[in-house]
Order: sequence, then structure tokens, then C-alpha cells
Amino acid sequence: MNAPRLLYCHCAYAQVVPNEVKEAVLRKLCDSGVSFEAVADLCEASARRDPTLKRLADCGSLKIAACYPRAVKWLFAAAQSPLPADSTEVLNMRVQTADEIVAGLMEITVKPNLPTANDAAAPSTEKSVP
Amino acid sequence: MMLKDQKTLRVVLADSPSSPTRYDSMAALLKNGYAVTCSTGERPVSPADHSDILVLGNLEEGAPLAAEDPSRGVQITMRDIKGCSPEAVLALVESVRAERQAVKQGEWKPWFPVIDYDRCTNCMQCLSFCLFGVYGVDKNQNLEVQNQDSCKTNCPACSRVCPEAAIMFPKYKSGPINGEAVTDADLQREKMKIDISALLGGDVYAMLRTRSERAQTRFSKERDADKALKERQKCLVKLAQSGDIPLEVLMALPSPEEIARRAEEAKGKAAAALEGRL
Ligand code: SF4
Ligand code: SF4
Repeated sequence: MNAPRLLYCHCAYAQVVPNEVKEAVLRKLCDSGVSFEAVADLCEASARRDPTLKRLADCGSLKIAACYPRAVKWLFAAAQSPLPADSTEVLNMRVQTADEIVAGLMEITVKPNLPTANDAAAPSTEKSVP
Repeated sequence: MMLKDQKTLRVVLADSPSSPTRYDSMAALLKNGYAVTCSTGERPVSPADHSDILVLGNLEEGAPLAAEDPSRGVQITMRDIKGCSPEAVLALVESVRAERQAVKQGEWKPWFPVIDYDRCTNCMQCLSFCLFGVYGVDKNQNLEVQNQDSCKTNCPACSRVCPEAAIMFPKYKSGPINGEAVTDADLQREKMKIDISALLGGDVYAMLRTRSERAQTRFSKERDADKALKERQKCLVKLAQSGDIPLEVLMALPSPEEIARRAEEAKGKAAAALEGRL
């Protein structure tokens, strides 16, 4: 299996991702000597349809350090760069520790965890996916 | 501001992995809105596309400083950063970005709704609720977030009207609006919120309009500016508390007449979209 590409989100402006977590993850990534991609703010990159998202979504297996997998999935989709559900793992810097995130990123195996349509509680009316 | 499809600069940091300033340079670039590929050779990175590239590394003396990939129309710029401080690296990147006329990111607070299409039923309630033209429909009459930068910073009001908890604001403090998984309890809560707003006589904007009109009538009758202002503030505080809408957002709302006009326009858009889907 090819080693997954890595994406780190620096989540600007809001205090949603604890500073100490995102700084520790970035520092460990820099010190680890592995290649990785980083965006200043995945939300802004999505709104701008930054090509970084498409480049990464088209690459196959990917690990992303950002926030909730549901948010990350639909931020990529909104940028017209849907993530491959079977080969994307999102690590959540809002709730996991820096050590957990880094261990997850360094692990070669991808544990896909994007939510699927089946995970959504059945809504009251018909669904449509554009 | 036109957000989409602007020219971007891809920064590739290819200095020595043991460089003592690597973390500080990365942090400085990220804090200033740049996307950076940190390339060491270990683990793959994404391939080149049509974005111009700036490679920062330890260049040999006399190494070329520019190249071109004519097949993609990509300009590649190389710069030596041996011994550069993080501030100098940032200044260098900034000058190349300006030269290449690439967009400057990091100057707008990216607060806008993100739709979970696994949940969305295209009921168009959000479209008819939003007064700021954030929502629209695509060519198939499906709901779409079209003007992210028209959204009012820190206002998650439209997520409250969505019956399916399908609207996320990833930078919001709590779930499920922040993207956390939606539970049955959340759905019940979301539904309750709508019922409450219905009991109050419609959406919060309608309520604001009515209360504000009443306050205005009183103002003209009583000529009591203080009282009218207090009334308006009381109403706004109540709305802010019940709907979790920041006070400054409510304070910045347009005049009641303008609110009425925009509400009609939004409702018309939603009705047309729903008709088009039949
Ligand atoms: S994707 Fe999540 S972590 Fe990244 S900028 Fe948006 S809210 Fe922050
Ligand atoms: S209110 Fe919710 S379900 Fe209805 S169109 Fe908007 S996002 Fe979709």
C-alpha cells in the first residue's frame, strides 16, 4: 500500500482548535522529517476553491489533521473536490491530543472514517445529493 | 470580494529537514495565509497542477532562479533561504506572491455555512430565511452556498431553521453545528427550536420586524427616544439569547422595510427553486 499523503490544517481566526494542540502537531510534523502539506485554514481554502484541495482529493489515500470528519468531508465537497471515502482518515484536533494526532498521521495504514449517507439519521423527506 | 477561482501560489519548502528554522518558517507562512508543501522526499506530496510554484531551499550558487512548465503554463520560481530568518522567508514569499499577482489569503474570517448533503432534503427553508443572499440554487435547483463572504460572521441563525441539522459552521463552538455527528436528541432539539420560533410568530427576522415597528410607532407617538431604543435593545437581547445570534449581527440588520423586501426576495427564490424541482 502506498504511504498516504498528509494534510495539516492550521485553523486560523477561531479558537476552535486549541493552540497548544495545533502548534505541537505542526512542530512534530516538522521535526519528523516526513513530507506533508499544510493549509492556513481549510475553511477559507474551501470557500476559495483553493487547488490544494483538489490536488489532495485526487491523490488517493490521505490523512488530514483538522477538525470533525463531517465538517472536513463537506468542506472538500463544497470546493468541488470530494474526498475518497474509502481512503481518507480525518484526525480531529478539536478533541484528540497532539500525541494521538501525530501517531495517527505517522501510521502508514489509513483507517477511513468519513461519515456516509447511511450514518445520517433518516430524514423525514426524500434526500437528494447534487 | 470574488472568492472563487483566483490565482494561487503554491509554496514548496524544500530546505534541509534538519533546518532549525523549519517550524518557525512554516508557522509564519501559515499564520499569513499561505498553503505550504513541506517536501523532504520521505512520503509523497501531491503532484503539480496549474498553480504557480515557489520553491524555497538551499540552492547551489549559480542555480537557476526560474523555470517554466509550458505544458501546464506554470511558472516555477526558486529562492535560496539558507540562513534566512522566518521573517525573511515570509518577506521573500510575500514579494513573489505580489509579483505573480496571486491572491492573498488570511485576511477574511472564513465563517459561512457548509451543507451536509447526506442530510439535506432541499426544503429551501434556509434559502428563504437568509436575508443576506448567502444561499442560491444550482442549475438542477439544488440548494447551494453561493456567497460565502456575504455571511454574517459568528451568526449561525440559519443552522437553527434547518429541520435536518444539515447546516454546519465548522468554527462554531458546539455540536452538531460545528460538524460533530448529529444525534437523535439534536434533531429533537432542532425541531423544538423551530416550534418555538413558530410560536413566537414566524422567523426571528419577522419577530424583529414586528417588534421594531412597534417600537418605532411608540417612538413617534411618545417622542421618547430612550424608551424606543430600550425597547429595541430588549428585543435584540432576547433574540440573541433565544436564537444564539450575536447581538452585533442583529444590531447591524438593515431597516425594517429593507428586511421585509429582502425576506420577500429570498422567499421568492426558494419558492421558484421548489417549483422548478417538481
Ligand atoms: S476545517 Fe476545521 S480545523 Fe480547519 S479551519 Fe475549518 S474549522 Fe478550523
Ligand atoms: S434548511 Fe436544511 S434541509 Fe432544508 S434546504 Fe436548507 S440545508 Fe437543506
